[in-house]
Amino acid sequence: MSSLDLLFILFALITGAGAVLTVTSRNLVHAALFLAVSLAGIGMVFLLLKADFVAMVQVVVYLGAITVLFLFGLMLTRAPIGREALDSRNRPMAMVVSASLFGVLVVLIVRAFGDFPPVTPSSSSVGDLGMAIFSAWVFPFEVVSMMLLAALVGAILLARRESGDSGEETEVTPIREALPDRGEVEAEQRRAELAARDGGAR
Amino acid sequence: MTASLPALWDAGVLEALVAQSASLLTLDNFWLSALLKILLCTVMLMVVSLVGGYLEHKAMGHMQNRTGPMEAGPHGVLQLVADGIKFIQKEDIVPRAADPLVFAVAPGVALVPALLGFLVIPLGPGIWAEDLELGLFYALAIGSVGVLGILMGGWASANKFSLIGGIRAAAQLIAYELPLILAAAAVAIQAGSLSLVDIVESQATMNIFGTPVSMWFVFPQLLGFAIFVTAALAELSRPPFDMPIADSELVFGYMTEYTGIKFAMFLLTEYGGMVFMSALISVLYLGGWQPLPGIGLPGCEAAAGISDCGALGTVLGVGIMMAKIMALIFVMVWLRVAYPRLREDQLQKISWLVLIPLSLANIVVVAIGKVAL
Repeated sequence: MSSLDLLFILFALITGAGAVLTVTSRNLVHAALFLAVSLAGIGMVFLLLKADFVAMVQVVVYLGAITVLFLFGLMLTRAPIGREALDSRNRPMAMVVSASLFGVLVVLIVRAFGDFPPVTPSSSSVGDLGMAIFSAWVFPFEVVSMMLLAALVGAILLARRESGDSGEETEVTPIREALPDRGEVEAEQRRAELAARDGGAR
Repeated sequence: MTASLPALWDAGVLEALVAQSASLLTLDNFWLSALLKILLCTVMLMVVSLVGGYLEHKAMGHMQNRTGPMEAGPHGVLQLVADGIKFIQKEDIVPRAADPLVFAVAPGVALVPALLGFLVIPLGPGIWAEDLELGLFYALAIGSVGVLGILMGGWASANKFSLIGGIRAAAQLIAYELPLILAAAAVAIQAGSLSLVDIVESQATMNIFGTPVSMWFVFPQLLGFAIFVTAALAELSRPPFDMPIADSELVFGYMTEYTGIKFAMFLLTEYGGMVFMSALISVLYLGGWQPLPGIGLPGCEAAAGISDCGALGTVLGVGIMMAKIMALIFVMVWLRVAYPRLREDQLQKISWLVLIPLSLANIVVVAIGKVAL
């Protein structure tokens, strides 16, 4: 067993523990933070496989952007300050779904790569990676980027609620309308003053 | 013990990370050179940041017609050391409603990326910890992790001011990471490399129509430089982009509930970030350790070009790099004193509607120039 194996076991344990805690923790923010641990562990595994570019992408995209967006969304919408205990009571269903998905993936991976000869990971320069992506694999690359662009446009379209567009129109209460009329306020004050004076006279 | 450890430690583990130019700190003894490199990063974070902090105290004081710290040491040079000792002595207060673990871990999550970033910064000819092939990408990626610590601190404090500060920080850092990376990408395109050492070297030897010219990237990419500096200021939450802290609105933002050494760690993150960003700006746009465009350091005639300059050249190079870092920190302080804080919507508008389109245009122009020249 080389130091590479030891490190791999260490980071695999961290990644797995983070993943398990993500789904078992009852606090949403804790779950998001454990997800960050798990994603960082995956980044370290990439690094051990000498895929340093992918490891950096993992850090900047998943740790630096996606987890931050998760936390940002949670804090903006739910603001769950302090301790809370959440349970969606979907545990049996979730177990069935995830177990079957796990089984399918394991079978697929073993069938596809089971008899693949073991290889020692070798590092390749970013230049080679770029050449490969933009020459041999340029068509899939463009397809993926178009798909991401479509998802982006779709998300913006859904989030943007103009009348007649998709989504429901929310009723907006302008601050001025929400406040009572100034005339009414003054009349109310006058009435209160009069009542106080009457009370004093009596 | 030490003899058996390197045997267990495959040399191949780190091989993937280590790239071209060898550092002067890379010695035959693995552990000694590792120690030296860790020392370099730590000194950059702990000592140079303190010098930057002292510069801020003094420069801001004199700009506001006061003297700044004067009592601790001659002209108050030991003020920040005294502050550090004071922070260590202070009581560590954790709010009762706070989430204790997240509250305790948050300053560390913010501080460690600031320390790791210095791994790739070249400070002088041969003076860098590692010259990664992906250096620039690594620096920007590591820098984007620190915001997690800020968000954790803001949430775990169980204080609405902290929470709003954390949310503001997240929105701001996501918005300004994009122009920062896009502006840096234009530099990488012009230099033809992501290694920070290569980027410095390519500023000494640029070819325009086959003629070798020494040109710092600030001249062809003045727009990119402006975008990068603005985005860097916002990434650091420095005034005029200090909405996450905004002391007149949010008490002290995500740091409100922090005391003692944890608060000091957040402060150190800020000052370390200033040093790190200044170093990155110097490397990307201001020619790194070169004194002037076209004028090299003494003793750089060796085969390795400007990465091997002898003892005098190395010391001078580090000095010049430090001078550039301090000059940039001075400019940051100057901006802090000169400009009022932006409003939150103005901040988001500047990034999404001005800086990002401009940086995309900058990439297009630089790419066309790279192919045409």
